[in-house]
Amino acid sequence: MKNKNLFRWTAVAALLFFFVTFSFAQKADTIKIGVAGSHTGDLASYGLPSVHAAELIVKNINAKGGLLGKKLELIVEDEACKPELATNVATKLVSSRAQAVIGHICSGATKAALGTYKDAGIIVISPSATSPELTHSGQYPNFHRTIAPDDAQGKLVADFALKTLKLRKFAVLHDKGDYGKGFAEYAKKFLETSPEATVVLYEGITPGAVDYSAIVQKIRYSGAEAVVYGGYHPEAASIVQLMRRRNMKTVFISDDGVKDQTFIKVAGRAAEGVYASGPKDTTKNPLAVAAIEEHKKAYGAEPGAFYLNAYSATLALVNAIAKAKSTQYAAVHKALRMHATDTPLGKIKFSAGGDAIGVGFSMYQVKNGVYTEIK
Amino acid sequence: MNFFWDLFLGGLTRGSIYALIALGYTMVYGILQLINFAHGEIYMIGAFTALIVASILTLQGLAGLPVLILAGLIAVLYASAYGFTVEKIAYKPLRQASRLSPLISAIGMSIFLQNYVMLAQTSDFLPFPNLLPPSDFLDAISVWIGPSDFVIIVTSAVVMIALSLLLKFTKMGRAMRATAQDREMAMLTGVDVNRIISRTFIIGSSLAAIGGILIASHVGRINFYIGFNAGIKAFTAAVLGGIGSIPGAMVGGLVLGLAESFGTGYISSDYESVFAFAILILILIFKPDGILGRSSQQKV
Repeated sequence: MKNKNLFRWTAVAALLFFFVTFSFAQKADTIKIGVAGSHTGDLASYGLPSVHAAELIVKNINAKGGLLGKKLELIVEDEACKPELATNVATKLVSSRAQAVIGHICSGATKAALGTYKDAGIIVISPSATSPELTHSGQYPNFHRTIAPDDAQGKLVADFALKTLKLRKFAVLHDKGDYGKGFAEYAKKFLETSPEATVVLYEGITPGAVDYSAIVQKIRYSGAEAVVYGGYHPEAASIVQLMRRRNMKTVFISDDGVKDQTFIKVAGRAAEGVYASGPKDTTKNPLAVAAIEEHKKAYGAEPGAFYLNAYSATLALVNAIAKAKSTQYAAVHKALRMHATDTPLGKIKFSAGGDAIGVGFSMYQVKNGVYTEIK
Repeated sequence: MNFFWDLFLGGLTRGSIYALIALGYTMVYGILQLINFAHGEIYMIGAFTALIVASILTLQGLAGLPVLILAGLIAVLYASAYGFTVEKIAYKPLRQASRLSPLISAIGMSIFLQNYVMLAQTSDFLPFPNLLPPSDFLDAISVWIGPSDFVIIVTSAVVMIALSLLLKFTKMGRAMRATAQDREMAMLTGVDVNRIISRTFIIGSSLAAIGGILIASHVGRINFYIGFNAGIKAFTAAVLGGIGSIPGAMVGGLVLGLAESFGTGYISSDYESVFAFAILILILIFKPDGILGRSSQQKV
């Protein structure tokens, strides 16, 4: 009996000891930055590169003595891109006194978490959430991103087709998927804002179908000068090949899903002259090259998706805190808009809505079997 | 040429491919009352083999017609070998089992073959060369009909006529029909049923491989997954025409292809699959055994 009591008290003492040391550790004076996103599950490959980016920058800054005289500390939280988990993560980050958050990764999860951060006065910078409403609706003044919103591509393609190529009759097609249809809808919306332009055909095709001859005939008889296609490269490759085999000269313009070397490999000669929008070329930016090298050295692998976006987001945040000389919401919020930061994505600062100015898409054209940026 | 004619030809092209694959489904069903879900994968393997052989031959400096014929021949042989083996491994041991067991076995085989090709080859899309050699004749008719459409329609027609003649006039054809009517009775009259079943699989697989090569060369790309969609559509065509009936599969394929083509052309391609399956439902409401299916009497 006595032994048992002794055991219990030891356990309680041990627990108490842990709590005490834990709260001591918590008291150390640091600037806490949350990194939230999908670090497990199907979409882990979208979220983990952001963790790596933040870790590398924090390591560099702490090695140089920290920020505003304090060390930086990361709080990494996983929500597997699930909105219901994202709200939990947000509450957790707020209660552990994170002063800013890099994340979240998916638009749905980001939206779910933003309200909590807004109420707590926490700045959020996402490397990858592209849903237009996050910045356009004005509901989330605390939200920023270092990636272009979804409608940016549609707008760019529409402007390019109308102003640079001076085309007037369009067939807008998509693959009925979220990505392709979203792009096509925005492109159609922006094309129709021009009074001279007409969209003569707007349809979805079936991805993976055996043959696309019927829709190609329809394009031919619609008299469209250009096809604007929202979707991925396999279907685009088939449609372009069938068009060219029918000696149709119709211009083919598409999105980032088609700006892929596989498209050129599969479509071969038919790919020549095809236009596609894609993220701005950063491969020549020395900061980007250095950031990628750093990742290879630290983790022994090529960085994954949104790595440079997250790297830039973290740099912009750290720079804004340094410029504001505080971690106060209002001061950092203003500094993000006032002061530009040199990042792997170029020199960026944020618009009133929270989109990074100067980050986005360019048009590319297939020339001699490679996509070349159109300046 | 007008829009109608172009859609008609497009539908005929697509329908011929559906028909070629549907024949394999319907022949196997006629003899074994089994839906061979791995059939779409045989079609895909046929196309892949042709691509590999054609690439090797092109590297050897060959071009034009010899490449087409050799690649086609080897692909057909290879795909038939697969069809034959699939039957021996997955269906023959289950001949006396309940009808559900071979069905599950077929689905398993389909998944296995898909993943095997994905791992052994690649999960990316691959370009498929236009194997048709340039010819003055095809150029001359290209005003009315695309060269690959022409070749697909003609080849399918020839193959289907040959198959009909084979079934009608040869000893093997007679044995096949007998097996389809009553397997046990055929066995009693001295037909080697197992050999007939193997041959059915070989013929069905060859047709699927021909279909695979033709369509891959037409749309210019393949990957390990093309068999799934084509298989589903061809199976629909077989049911539409009356599963178990050879002319039914041909008619079903063409009806399906034309319905999709005209539906896309005159209404909207958003509903392409809706047309295909709406037609299936309509026909099955009025003719539950398909267009040319004979109402099967319940055997007591």
